[in-house]
Formats: sequence, structure tokens, C-alpha cells
Amino acid sequence: MKISRYLLLAGLVFLYFPLLVLVIYSFNESRLVTIWTEFSVKWYLELLEDRQLMDAFFLSLQIACSTAFMSVLLGTIAAYVLVKFGRFPGQTLFSSMIIAPLVMPEVITGLSLLLLFVGLGNWLGWPASRGAMTIWIAHVTFSVAFVTIVITSRLREMDSSLEEAAMDLGATPLKVFLVITLPLISPALISGWLLAFTLSLDDLVIASFVSGPGSSTLPMVIYSSVRLGVSPKINALATIFVGLILVGSFVFWWSMQRWTRYSAAKTSGQQ
Amino acid sequence: MKGVFAHKFWVIVWPYIWMLVFFALPFGFILKISLAESMIAMPPYSDIWSWSDGRLTWLGSLDNYRFLLEDDLYYLAYFNSLRLAAVSTVLCLFIAYPMAYGISRMEEPYRSLFLLLVILPSWTSFLIRIYAWIGLLKTNGLVNHFFMSVGLVDEPLTMLHSDFAIYLGIVYGYLPFMILPIYANLMKLDHSLIEAGYDLGARPWKVFLTIILPLSMSGVVAGCFLVFIPAVGEFIIPELLGGPDTLMIGKVLWQEFFVNRDWPVASAIAVVMLTFLIVPIYFYRRLEMKQLGVGE
Repeated sequence: MKISRYLLLAGLVFLYFPLLVLVIYSFNESRLVTIWTEFSVKWYLELLEDRQLMDAFFLSLQIACSTAFMSVLLGTIAAYVLVKFGRFPGQTLFSSMIIAPLVMPEVITGLSLLLLFVGLGNWLGWPASRGAMTIWIAHVTFSVAFVTIVITSRLREMDSSLEEAAMDLGATPLKVFLVITLPLISPALISGWLLAFTLSLDDLVIASFVSGPGSSTLPMVIYSSVRLGVSPKINALATIFVGLILVGSFVFWWSMQRWTRYSAAKTSGQQ
Repeated sequence: MKGVFAHKFWVIVWPYIWMLVFFALPFGFILKISLAESMIAMPPYSDIWSWSDGRLTWLGSLDNYRFLLEDDLYYLAYFNSLRLAAVSTVLCLFIAYPMAYGISRMEEPYRSLFLLLVILPSWTSFLIRIYAWIGLLKTNGLVNHFFMSVGLVDEPLTMLHSDFAIYLGIVYGYLPFMILPIYANLMKLDHSLIEAGYDLGARPWKVFLTIILPLSMSGVVAGCFLVFIPAVGEFIIPELLGGPDTLMIGKVLWQEFFVNRDWPVASAIAVVMLTFLIVPIYFYRRLEMKQLGVGE
């Protein structure tokens, strides 16, 4: 059906048009975002001078990196357990806790984690205060779900005969995992890492609940400025965001294409 | 055999404990505090039991829930959230299905390129993507400028701060979540069935309705859950695009917590929202486990 192709293009225009307008008006001299006056990069320069924004950006970057590492670690274990271990006691609860965060409304996750931190803080004295640490815990908790899904589907598609061969040759389960399984699922580990990183960098609602005084993440600073109305400075920030993501993903897509072609050529050469 | 089980135990235990402590346990706390009373203290709620003279006294009450029942505001907010989320989910489905279908019928490498183009916006900030619509929909915004300059309308339309803006925001923000599961399902479709349909003389629409749509149904259902459940509790969209009288329960909960600082009422709102959503979440989990091919 040809019509689906036109609808696809229309849908893509719908997805990209608002972002395009955002990018164009970030180069507008005027403070008004509806009237074009002349080309200028002054909003970008103002962005760099905004200390609060830059501090928040570096804090968000730190949290996103550490969230991505921890989520991939826990997500790999969880996916391995789900795919390879068969039944075990408490499996239903386990899979529920892994899947539910995918759809759980953020206000519920945020509020319930805050109450946990406050309750534990009163009872055990930990966590003593809220900040980067509690945001990190919250972000790992909901990112693990997404990472687990990505790695699970890769583990399912994977040819397990290599693992069986290694096992037959006397390798220990840990060695099989480290030498055979891990390299085979490495593309999924990278996509999982990137996914957790962007999820963490993007989160406003949960971080607002569990952060403490003096630990504002980038979305929190953006939100407090956006609430007051449209500002060209936020447009400039959005443009940098969109640009980085665009370039990064196309490099990723291009190298994946290269990699597929390369490995296809290699396997056909071997036969 | 016992040795193998011990090995497995030490593998399972790490993600298990993490999720138990930071995902399951918090629901216990939210339930507990929904039974407490608001207080001016830190933390701002009362205890629900006390221990004195070797006796445990129960102090909790259902007052917060009674309060939610008595005030029309909460009832309206729940109803509105369910309505806005449901309508947006249907709109999202009608836009996403042809897009997913279009991508699934492409040849590589264009297929993965277009898939990437669909996913890309969701990697940029959600907050910024919703913010982008403010400048477009404002009374003196770009869309109104365009409409007036081509003479479509005489005076600017009110689009921002309305239900229309919320529908638009949810559809825009959640579109990739609808496209992806449908696309994944369409990719698994056996094309010989479609050819058989055509060979037997069925028209394209008949092939679509009797073969393609039923076979991609589990993707459609998964996509609907992925949009509907989070959209019910959405905060950013009603806050930025909705009007002051647009009641959505996520925004009401936020205001109870951050503006009124009434933690117990906010918790009660969350508990009630969760009871609405527990059934869809249950079915979504079953579907997702089946899609992943993880046996239970």
C-alpha cells in the first residue's frame, strides 16, 4: 500500500517540524520567538555564561554516566537470569519488578522513592541527605527495566551453540559468560548504556521528588525557566541537544551498517 | 545439583534485592503514609502506630481517602486523566500504524534509517519537545501567524491551554512508543500469508483487515499500554500545555506534594491511581514476557 509511505513522511514532518522551528529561532536576535529579526548567536554565548545551567549540566552528566554503568550491570544480570535460568522461586515477582517500571507513571515512582528515602533516613540514618546519590538510585531503578528488555531480546536471538560448545570443552559457566556471551551481546550492551544515559539525562519528574537542596539537574533548571514562558536561551540549549543526538545517532547507524557488511563479508569468506 | 542452585542464587540476588528495596518496598511506604495525618514537622506526617507500655496502638485512618471522595476536584481529575489518555492513545494508534507499516515494507538500509528517524526525537529531551509546542500554539504563536496570513482565520485561535493541546502533546510525545511494538510485530509477519490472500482474489483492504491487522494485534495492544498507562499520570504535558482548569491527576498529585506540602494526601492520590492502573500493568507485563519469549 503506497499510501502508508505518504503517511510515514507526513508523520516524520509532524515529529520534526517543532524541533526545526526551535532550532531556527535559536539563531534569532529578538527575544520574541515568533518574529524573526536577524541572525545572531548571542543566546549561545549567554548559555555558556549561565553558571547555574552549566553546573546543572555537569551534575546531570555525572548522574547519567553512573546510572548507565549501573543499569547495564544489573540489566545484564537480570536479562541473563530471565533467559537462561528457567524457573526459580519468586520468578513472577522478579519479572513484574523488572517490567512494571517501563509503564509506571513517573509521579508515582518519584513520590514512592522519596517516601522510602525519608523513611529509611529516619529509621536507619541512611540516606542522611538527598542529592546526587538518591537521584542516581532512582534513575538506575527505572532504567534497569529498559536495559533488561534490550539485552533480553539480544540474548534470545543469539546462537547458543557457541556457548554449548565452550561448555562441552570444559569451560566454567563464568568463563563461558565472559569469553563467549559477553562479546556476542556487546552491541546490546552499548545500546542499553546509551538508552539508560538518555533516560537519566531527560528525567525531570522523578529527580524533582528525590533531589535535595543544591542538587538541581539540568531538566530541573530548564523546567524552572520554561515555566516562565518561551525563552531563546532554552531554544539554543535545545539546538545543542538535538544536534548532538542527530550526529551521534547517524555515526552509530553508519558504523552499524559498516559492521554488518563487514561481518557478512567475513562469514561468507570463511565458508 | 545443590551447587548449581547456589551459583544461580548468587547471580539472581543482586538485581532482585535492588528492585525489591527500591521498587517494591517504596509502595509499602506510600501505602503507610497515605494512612497518616499531615503535620507541620519534618517529615510532615504523623506515625500510624505508636509503641508505649508494651502495647502497639493503631493511629492510622482512612481520612485521606474520605477526603478524596468528598471533593469533586479529585474525582474530576481521575476521570479527565483517563479520558484524555484514552482518546490520545486511540489517536496515537491511527497515526502510528501506517507509519510502522510503511517502515516495515521498506528495504534495508532505508528501513533501519527510517526507524532511526522515528526513534531519534525521543532521545532528545521530552521536556524540550513539549516546550517546542508552546511557541507554535500560543495565541501570537507561529501556527496562528500562518493561519492569519493565509486568511484561514480572522482572529487567532486559542490552542494552547486547552484539551486540544494535551491531545497533541501526548500524541507527539508518545508516538515512538506506539510505533516500535507495532513495527516489531509487523516484521515478524509471514509474507506468504499476504500473498495467499492476494492470490485468492482479496482486495488490499480485505487483506489488511483480515490478515495483517489480526496478526499484528499483540503489537497494537502492547503499544496502547505503553502510551495509555504513563499518559494517565503525565505531569509535564498538562503543566506546560494544559490550562489552569485542565485537571489531570499527575498534576494534582504534584501540586498536593510541592505546593500544599500535604504528603499523606499526595500518597493517597498515588495509591488510588495505582489501583486504577494495576490491571493494565498486569496485562502489559504478561504481553511483554510473551513477546520476549521468556517462559513462566
